[in-house]
Amino acid sequence: MRKEILAAITINPELVGGGIPIFIAQDRAEQDKIATYLARITEGVVHDLENGVYVLARH
Amino acid sequence: MDYITPTAAGVALGTLARYIMLRSDYRQYPTYPHGAVTHLSLGFIGAALGAVAIPALLEKDFAAISFLSLAATQFRDVREMERSMLSSIEHSELVPRGPDYIEGIARVFEARNYLVIIIALLVSGFTAYTNIGVGILVSIIALFFANKLMKGKVVGQIAKVREGEVRFEGPQLFVDDIHFMNLGTEETRQTVLSRGLGVIIEPLDDNARATLANSGQRQAIAHEASAQVGVYRDVDTAEFMPISRRDLDTGRIGLIILPIEKDIECLIEAVKRTPVLESAMAKPLKSKTGRGASD
Repeated sequence: MRKEILAAITINPELVGGGIPIFIAQDRAEQDKIATYLARITEGVVHDLENGVYVLARH
Repeated sequence: MDYITPTAAGVALGTLARYIMLRSDYRQYPTYPHGAVTHLSLGFIGAALGAVAIPALLEKDFAAISFLSLAATQFRDVREMERSMLSSIEHSELVPRGPDYIEGIARVFEARNYLVIIIALLVSGFTAYTNIGVGILVSIIALFFANKLMKGKVVGQIAKVREGEVRFEGPQLFVDDIHFMNLGTEETRQTVLSRGLGVIIEPLDDNARATLANSGQRQAIAHEASAQVGVYRDVDTAEFMPISRRDLDTGRIGLIILPIEKDIECLIEAVKRTPVLESAMAKPLKSKTGRGASD
């Protein structure tokens, strides 16, 4: 199985960049909500980098 | 000499043996009526091939014997058939079996046909030389040994299985002290905490440690466990997939699963009864180097 990062969901936009889709949330609650939606849509798993950034990865 | 009785006895008892072996294992996969018919028919063909071998030899009909070699080709196809069938339905399983387990199951199906040939051969041989009573007795003994020898080990025989505590440190998921993965979103973590069950599998020796390290073996355990206690997930919730991780220091295996039935006793039992895969079985202690390294 190929693992890949599908998107990042962040409340700190300055911490993320590069070639993946980036979703910017206003606060933690919105971030959780967007992350859950995207996880369901893409069948991916949300991982918390503990710096205000979530990444969505396919396993 | 009358060959009808030995041949008929061989075919009948061989087919019966296939039927008994078909039922003896609930794990392989649900033997739907059509699957059962397929395997009984192949068992019948195998039994017929085995049953005519001895009478053919007695008649010095060596051409008939060579047909046994055809059987080998025929039954290799059984393995291929099972492999492709299980592989093709693999992607619709919520918790896949994994290629190693499929290979193991396919091999068992193939081997059982050879067992049927051997049993039919023994029965017809003994019946031809003595009488049908001895033939029946031989078939019972042969079936007993076939079942005993082919049983293989289960995880419960090579490892101690006990409950482990599911906990989080921030987003990091642990069972006891074995790290599993990083899980985002508070909701997911709460679900895992409230529904998840953790199991620790402690290998009894170095052989078991090497066997349990095989990821195919661990996938088989996850599949068996979730098949029996259910799994709280759907295709779009990858985070609730049962996973196993290895403690690199001790070789212990941790398994986390979100069952439908939150019953730790049943889960431990399901893990214990998972077959040890032939392809995963490792025996480092059999070699001098392996023994030397273990102390």
